[in-house]
Amino acid sequence: MILILLILIPLLTGVLSFSIKGEGAKMLALISSVVTMIVSAYVSGANSPEPITYSHEWIPMLGTQFSLLADGMSSMLCLLTGIVTMVVMITNFNKEVENPGSFHGFLLLAQAGLMGVFLASDALLFYFFWELALIPVYFLCSRWGGEKRIPVTFKFFVYTFVGSLMLLAALIYLSLQTQGINSYAWADIVRAGSSLPPAQQQGLFWLVFIAFAIKMPIFPFHTWQPDTYEQSPTPVTIILSALMVKMGLYAVLRWLLPVLPSGVEYWSDTVILLSVIGIVYTSLIAIKQTDIKRLIAYSSIAHMGLMCAVAFTNTNIGMHGIMVQMFNHGINITGMWLIVSMIENRWGTRDMTKLGGIATAAPAMAIMLVIISLANIALPLTNGFVGEFMLFNGLFRGDSAQHIMTMVVAGLGIILGAVYTLNMIQKTAYGEVVEMKITKDLTINEYAGLAIIISLIIFLGVYPKPLLDLTSEIAGMIVH
Amino acid sequence: MANLVYLVPLFPLIGFLINGLFWKRMPKALGGIIGTVAILASFIVSLGIFFEVKSEAFHGPVIVTLFDFINSGTLQVPFAFQVDALSSLFLLIITGVGFLIHVYSTSYMSHDEGMVKYFAYLNLFVFSMLLLVLGANYLIMFIGWEGVGLCSYLLIGFWFKNREFTNAAKKAFVMNRIGDLGFLVGMLLVLFNFGTLSYMDFFGKINDASTVVPSSIYNWIALCFFIGATGKSAQLPLYTWLPDAMAGPTPVSALIHAATMVTAGIYMIARSGALYNLTPEVLHVIGIVGLATATLAATIAIFQYDIKKVLAYSTVSQLGFMFLALGVGAYTTAVFHVMTHAFFKALLFLGSGSVIHAMGGEQDIRKMGGLGKHMRVTQATFLIGCLAISGIPGLSGFFSKDEILASVFGHSTIMYALGIVAAMMTAFYMFRLYFLTFNGSFRGTEEQKSHLHESPAAVTIPLIVLAILSIVGGYVGLPAVMSEHNVLASYLSPVITNLGEHHLDHSTEWMLMGLSVAAAVIMIIFAWSLNRKPNFAENKGLAKVLENKWYVDEIYDALIVKPIDALSGVLDKFVDRRGIDGIVNGVGKTVRWGGDRLRLLQTGQVGFYIFIMVLGIVVLFTISFFWVK
Repeated sequence: MILILLILIPLLTGVLSFSIKGEGAKMLALISSVVTMIVSAYVSGANSPEPITYSHEWIPMLGTQFSLLADGMSSMLCLLTGIVTMVVMITNFNKEVENPGSFHGFLLLAQAGLMGVFLASDALLFYFFWELALIPVYFLCSRWGGEKRIPVTFKFFVYTFVGSLMLLAALIYLSLQTQGINSYAWADIVRAGSSLPPAQQQGLFWLVFIAFAIKMPIFPFHTWQPDTYEQSPTPVTIILSALMVKMGLYAVLRWLLPVLPSGVEYWSDTVILLSVIGIVYTSLIAIKQTDIKRLIAYSSIAHMGLMCAVAFTNTNIGMHGIMVQMFNHGINITGMWLIVSMIENRWGTRDMTKLGGIATAAPAMAIMLVIISLANIALPLTNGFVGEFMLFNGLFRGDSAQHIMTMVVAGLGIILGAVYTLNMIQKTAYGEVVEMKITKDLTINEYAGLAIIISLIIFLGVYPKPLLDLTSEIAGMIVH
Repeated sequence: MANLVYLVPLFPLIGFLINGLFWKRMPKALGGIIGTVAILASFIVSLGIFFEVKSEAFHGPVIVTLFDFINSGTLQVPFAFQVDALSSLFLLIITGVGFLIHVYSTSYMSHDEGMVKYFAYLNLFVFSMLLLVLGANYLIMFIGWEGVGLCSYLLIGFWFKNREFTNAAKKAFVMNRIGDLGFLVGMLLVLFNFGTLSYMDFFGKINDASTVVPSSIYNWIALCFFIGATGKSAQLPLYTWLPDAMAGPTPVSALIHAATMVTAGIYMIARSGALYNLTPEVLHVIGIVGLATATLAATIAIFQYDIKKVLAYSTVSQLGFMFLALGVGAYTTAVFHVMTHAFFKALLFLGSGSVIHAMGGEQDIRKMGGLGKHMRVTQATFLIGCLAISGIPGLSGFFSKDEILASVFGHSTIMYALGIVAAMMTAFYMFRLYFLTFNGSFRGTEEQKSHLHESPAAVTIPLIVLAILSIVGGYVGLPAVMSEHNVLASYLSPVITNLGEHHLDHSTEWMLMGLSVAAAVIMIIFAWSLNRKPNFAENKGLAKVLENKWYVDEIYDALIVKPIDALSGVLDKFVDRRGIDGIVNGVGKTVRWGGDRLRLLQTGQVGFYIFIMVLGIVVLFTISFFWVK
């Protein structure tokens, strides 16, 4: 019963928010997100030893049930969704936004969709939420986005929607293969998929994988992302990059690896190769970006590339590392975007060549920027390191030349990451002060939002045990 | 006492947190006191630990586990410290020399508005270095390893308004990261093949005959670790960050060059001696790289005019000597040189800071001269530092350098000869520096001349202490011809097993000693005669190449930085935007174009629809007739 709350609270408050005119919507959204966060924290604490489940009749004639399940991975991602949404609402509290009622309404609806995606244990329900999360984001981008928002959002929507349709086709096909009457239940889909002949699995693999690859995104399906991140308003960029891309990776772990094992085995080397190429490719491109948002977008693609590569290595430690890194990446990139929006708010630009001297003009902001950047390049004792170390362990499956090369090429990302991240710090934070539009260091609510992020960065960097314990069991189950 | 080892890094951490969190409101003087006291407290605990380890009652390493760090399936890496002879010795060097540098900084940085922040960074630096040497497994070492990289980045770019300084900071970090990747791959190899990162387990498994791991794996691991060491300890080809690192405040240079950071690579390889003993080929590589670095850096140092640059290249060169010692398997000797070098290099850097302050920020030795008259303490202590590094008998550098050269002699005469050449160059450039700075007549402006003064006690006292240490520090490692008992070697013997120690007979050893002393003295006299009437005509030919550091930075720029930059540009502008995104957009456009064309079929004429329908039926029939049987 508690699980349905995770979806219902944002859904109902989101709908309610549309009817509110003026600033009250912010307060409603803030309260709603705090409550949801508390519920998700409770779920994270209570999912062991038995996962929490909830089931209700939905559309029986299609063989689908409204069934939810929260194991370590799902509750970890719900917790992430809860925290990130809350931080967004906190830091957005003092920002002017046009038509706040619908803006926050859409944000909350997206949150409801995300929660549903992470909790659904029925394929059709999963697909339903997958789309439900997308639609509010489409409206948010196209109404509140930057100058080029219309063509960019259109492309984003069509691109991801094409992927979704492929996924739907695959899911329907799989449910037709279930034994007895049609079923979309996770266990049935897994049984049906894994008993298909290898050749069929290998074909179906791409239908499913491309949908997820676009979402993550994986090279070469990534080109919608930098444009979309650039054009979206910051809260939406955060929802997209911290949470929505996790949908893609989560879906790989939940709905691809166990469902089509032979297909996965057959194509894993290809996917690893694509992902590893993507790491170096996007890291190189990030070096050349002058817009901070685009730089972070490419950096994020590189990080997701590493996680995706490891997802296909079928190693316990790698899988565990993905769990940890999904959470940490979400936290860190949220922090990055928050800082970027604060910079844009004070200086009126995101162009690094026109920025400088944040360390002098707004020292608190600069310190936060540096700490979050360090987490982004996985410095030890920040949360980024734990996950990355485990991921590299997973990637390193043998000491043949091929494996060492894969590892070293992926490792180039570590060096290039330092290059572009330190470039960004140098250009924005150091040097002489560039004149500000609004002369102000962090406000109280910005402090509060960033404090949550920074505390998590340090705490989970020094003592990652809680996160590791939460996800260790499910990581082992996915591998075996 | 050993169980309290966590206190040693804890004090600097607390100092960092206090100064780091309250830097806005903290008075400058108080910030300095907090930072300094924190290190003093660590030093006192380190002393206690040292004497406990030294005592008869101490058996084997003490492992202090604080908490679980990364636990996942079979991977179990605790946050644990290891107290033994090697780590306790490094604790003393780090906190002892570190403390003196902190004391010095309270005066040196007192006019800087960022003083509290400075002390926060300094404490964090010491904290990271302590983690590095205290870790009971490679992962904790790696945490400290990257931590000192970060702190050097923050401190080199301390005056962050200056673009050149922040460039130097960035360069240091990236160069270090290249090495760190080597370390990381090495760790993964260890973990994959041995399933552990703890020193005790790893070395235990290495020496266990039942372990079946091909010897090529040992080589790869050893090589990867060494790549890490070349980054941190500024060896070829990754040394170029260290000379640029002098962009930071001068005491920071002392900290980086003497007490922390660059010694990390030596520590790592000495710590992993059990591994390197099994990989003679890799040791050979280390020896050659060390020797090459020692020589190359020495040639550059001869032609530098910046007081700190000369010292920086001398550090690179001395580190080369240490790697040379490691390369011939004389780990104890390398550690010995780390220790003596920490004393005299800290002394020299702090002395140069005193000079730079007196000169009002001027670092060019062409504009100095005759400073001895104005700053007696600085001059005297600096001279002791120069004598020590040049290897004049009776001072610490003599004993450690002599021990290195003696072990190299037993290994290869050619390497020994090159080592002597590098040592001769050391004596030359150090005394060139000394004479140009302190002797002769003043060559700066009148205004600078009127400002010349000796530095306050907070500066001179650390100089005096370090000068004393630079003299007596060598007596813990007397050569066999002078004493039966080498204190340092016996202290370290439970932890370090040196490879194939060559025992030279006494007459050879005396002869080698005499040779190196004669060489040093000749070079000092040569430097004196050459710089009595200094002539700063523009360098030509080889000298110009050396003044420009063999153009190594330019070569790296042309071969690595520029091509990568160009490649990123091409990938960004053409491959990504036009290529991949072009295809995506192309698909979209094709669909739209197709839709535009297909739309024309909707003519609205019923006759046309019927025609199409009939056509369709015919096609379907044909298909079913021929295909479906």
